[in-house]
Amino acid sequence: MTQASKIIEISGLNFYYGKTRSLHNVNLDIHEKKVTAFIGPSGCGKSTLLRTLNRMYDLYPGQRAEGTIAYRGRNILEAGLDVNMLRAKVGMVFQKPTPFPMSIYDNIAFGVRLYEDLSKGEMDERVEWALKKAALWTEVKDKLSKSGLSLSGGQQQRLCIARGVAVKPDVLLLDEPTSALDPISTSKIEELISELKLDYTIAIVTHNMQQAARCSDYTAYMYLGELVEFGETDQIFMNPARKETQDYITGRFG
Amino acid sequence: MMGEHSSKQYDHELEAIRSKVLLMGGIVETQFLDAMTCFRIGNIERADRVIREDDNVNQLEVQLDDQCSHLIVRRQPTANDLRTVMATIKVITDLERIGDEAAKIARTAKSLHGRGAVTVNHYEMVRSIANATSDLLHDALDAFARNDGKQALQLIAQDAIIDHEFRSIMRNLITFMMEDPRTISAALDTMWVAKAIERIGDHAKNIAEYVIYVVEGKDIRHSRVAAPAPEASPE
Repeated sequence: MTQASKIIEISGLNFYYGKTRSLHNVNLDIHEKKVTAFIGPSGCGKSTLLRTLNRMYDLYPGQRAEGTIAYRGRNILEAGLDVNMLRAKVGMVFQKPTPFPMSIYDNIAFGVRLYEDLSKGEMDERVEWALKKAALWTEVKDKLSKSGLSLSGGQQQRLCIARGVAVKPDVLLLDEPTSALDPISTSKIEELISELKLDYTIAIVTHNMQQAARCSDYTAYMYLGELVEFGETDQIFMNPARKETQDYITGRFG
Repeated sequence: MMGEHSSKQYDHELEAIRSKVLLMGGIVETQFLDAMTCFRIGNIERADRVIREDDNVNQLEVQLDDQCSHLIVRRQPTANDLRTVMATIKVITDLERIGDEAAKIARTAKSLHGRGAVTVNHYEMVRSIANATSDLLHDALDAFARNDGKQALQLIAQDAIIDHEFRSIMRNLITFMMEDPRTISAALDTMWVAKAIERIGDHAKNIAEYVIYVVEGKDIRHSRVAAPAPEASPE
């Protein structure tokens, strides 16, 4: 695997939920146009870490992060940063599909309108492009005016990915994107991940270790708020350097 | 040793595979020793038994291959577990081949003693290489049973000694054949046996290499580490 350039450099990151410290001095680089997977038992801090990358935690009082997260050289934890622009660049898809209660078309167009002023024709093109990127176009092209909620779970999740892609972000954060989906929808999403990484950098949190093994280039194993091991996915799953990692991925944990 | 899995059943399945490999190892070890006895004293019945035993070894190979694929499909092993399964699949191939070589020695013993009139001191010729190989095989299986990478690494050097000794046997036998053409047929038989022993040494070395792969995660086959020069050629 060739060394990719670093798009996000996390150093000395600590995170607090009120007084509880839930990330301890995390240092990690995310490489451009690669898939980085975060694995670890529940409560290890992997979702927390993902949520710091687009400052999703800002929405909740009492949560704060210390340290630096340099995104393309700029520390995104700085006070003066435009969080909306950050989230346009670093998009997020959640565990449960969260389509807006509006038409399939508007689910995609809604986010785009916040950042760009497009003509009707341009918007139509953008919607089609995003739905094609998310491998959903052929399934919904004849019912774009139907509600996003009328789709199946797997289609809803791909709609959310299309929504994330539509604003042309740089980085996509996926927080357990397939844990509510059946195996076929799951493999479609995984297929999608491998196509999306040609254009985007992807960070994915997953409880499914086989999924991390299948679709990521790098894997980070976290435990109790600390980054235990980070390395190329093949190395982590074939020959991890740390015994803690080996115990977790071979099922000797706890 | 490694800790236990959260799933006890997984531990049982791995353990069942491991003990069956060791059973298979024990059988081929006995096959080899018996074949050498036949070569020494010409016990035809025992030679037939070695040849028949090969069927059991083949059956075990098939069963173990099957058990390993079931384990992979059901458990998706990773890290050291994956390496153990991969190594096991390879170890049983080597064990099966050792069984074949032992049967080959038994067949040669039958034909050599069947013809009577032995004119080279055929057993003395291979005694030392046979003992060294039998030790190597035993120790390699031992290292596999105990997951002992250090012991395995030492064994790899021993195979180089066996290879060296095989070449010296060959030169020796050629001298015999040139001096007295009546020894040719017995000398050739002895040469086949020496070759089979040398092959068994190679298979035992392979097993030692898989042990290192399981323990360290490094594949040292066809590398410099795998073939250190013998410290000194034995007398």
